[in-house]
Amino acid sequence: MKNMIRIGNGQGFWGDSIDAPVKMAKDGPLDYLTLDYLAEVTLSIMQRQKLKNPMSGYARDFIDMVSRILPEIQNDGLKVITNAGGVNPNSCRDELLKLSNSTGNPIKIGVIQGDDIFPTLADLQKKGVSFENMDTGDSFNSIADKVYSANVYINSSTIAEALDKGAQIVLAGRVSDPGLALGPCIYEYGWKSDNYDLLAAGTLAGHITECGAQCTGGNYSRWKDVPNLADVGYPIIEMQPNGEFCITKHDNTGGLVNRETIGEQVLYEMGDPNHYISPDVCVDFTSFKLNDLGKNKVAITNVAGLTPTDTFKVSISYFAGYKASGQLTVSGPNAYEKAQLTAEIIWKRLESSGCIFDDTSTEYLGLSSCHGEINRMPAQINEVVLRLGVKDSDKNKVNRFGKELAPVITSGPPGITGFSGGRPKAQEIVAYWPTLIPKELVHTKVDVI
Amino acid sequence: MTIKLNQIAHARSGDKGANSNVGLMFKSKELYEWAKSNITTTVVKDFFKSIAKGDIVRYEMDNLLALNFILGDSLGGGGSESLINDAQGKTHGQALLLMEVNLPDELVQFVNS
Repeated sequence: MKNMIRIGNGQGFWGDSIDAPVKMAKDGPLDYLTLDYLAEVTLSIMQRQKLKNPMSGYARDFIDMVSRILPEIQNDGLKVITNAGGVNPNSCRDELLKLSNSTGNPIKIGVIQGDDIFPTLADLQKKGVSFENMDTGDSFNSIADKVYSANVYINSSTIAEALDKGAQIVLAGRVSDPGLALGPCIYEYGWKSDNYDLLAAGTLAGHITECGAQCTGGNYSRWKDVPNLADVGYPIIEMQPNGEFCITKHDNTGGLVNRETIGEQVLYEMGDPNHYISPDVCVDFTSFKLNDLGKNKVAITNVAGLTPTDTFKVSISYFAGYKASGQLTVSGPNAYEKAQLTAEIIWKRLESSGCIFDDTSTEYLGLSSCHGEINRMPAQINEVVLRLGVKDSDKNKVNRFGKELAPVITSGPPGITGFSGGRPKAQEIVAYWPTLIPKELVHTKVDVI
Repeated sequence: MTIKLNQIAHARSGDKGANSNVGLMFKSKELYEWAKSNITTTVVKDFFKSIAKGDIVRYEMDNLLALNFILGDSLGGGGSESLINDAQGKTHGQALLLMEVNLPDELVQFVNS
């Protein structure tokens, strides 16, 4: 057994830096590279791509990325764990095999399936799963005919199984984000499903690194203390068999790893810290000890785990109408007053044309749109961006809104500009429905080719 | 001494469904103990009254010298359904750091310049 493994995360979310994972693979030693390509609504986009073209439905960016780090996978033993397979991991695998076969040095790809329960929703309902919204308690019947995708957050032992069968790239399906890091720990160290403290340590490590540079100096309160964010290093877990681990980054990269950059990220998207529920274990985030070792290294010990729940979380996405938003820049004397008048004019004109929306928003960017009445700036500023938004089930009405912004440039108060992006168009709203499913009803399958 | 929380704390925020969370972390145990008594849900509820329409819940993390606040109904519906600029509460942490507080004299030594 190794006495330490290094797991780097090179992709924090769908749309993160395309160069970061390549730099992670090339700038220093790594055993595993984890990559998160899924946001809550990404799977719905992929599900619709697959409906149009049965060969699509996964993250294309991932194939391009692998082509840039193939030598590290083929020759240096680097293994890649990702959820990039989306709703069509088999097609993703075929593309990867094509790529590696063309170099004459084929690699082994693992595919984990069973998280996509979209095709079996009706069966599962017959078996008694209510799919009631776990946040609001609302009945699934209200959205049942509008569902785009349904994926279970499955446990990380599936990743360990794929690695055990020799996979060099694991297409992990919708595992939890921290699970991408926990999987290789289970495989390397043989952690059992009732080693709660160890599973909790791996989950905490994955939680800290899952958002990429957000634990190495990005989005950090003391931003002036962070050197060279332009070349920020992404995070690396150095995990030991006993669950003690360090977070660090490659030498000679920008960014900062210390007690505060790690602590801030521990708090990110945190609910009840006493019970952080993951598919594998519940983590007590009030348990661990954090020790700043200096030189961009922080040690974490004494993580406590609790019995996991008997359900998996399910992420369902569904169609929820249309929305559009547009912006106008209003400048010069009395800019804020003019922006208020501009908004009034636009809403009145839309009302006259018969457009009453399910929901609207009027914001003044530059006058604390983010912070409401907190620390609101004085109204005598020279420039404000008016941001208007609408939501409705009627697509035509939402597009009608988009046509009502430009006219105020010549038929409203003076000093309005910033309308170069064209008319805002209606976008589909893909909404998110979190729910639960009993674990025994979810059947996962691991294939390595 | 009147200061802003920015001078004694770190913050990070994100979304939890239709709510946001703001984690507030302190550099010293002394400041954290003071904050436990003074940065209450009542104080935070009043501060965020133009943003959070729902209840405020507070969790304590002694190991991290941190408080975690859940701001109920603070995202204009949340997720993709929200029309507002900061639909994920990414900036709510920076907002809390603007809060003005009266710090007792014995804690002034911990204030950042």
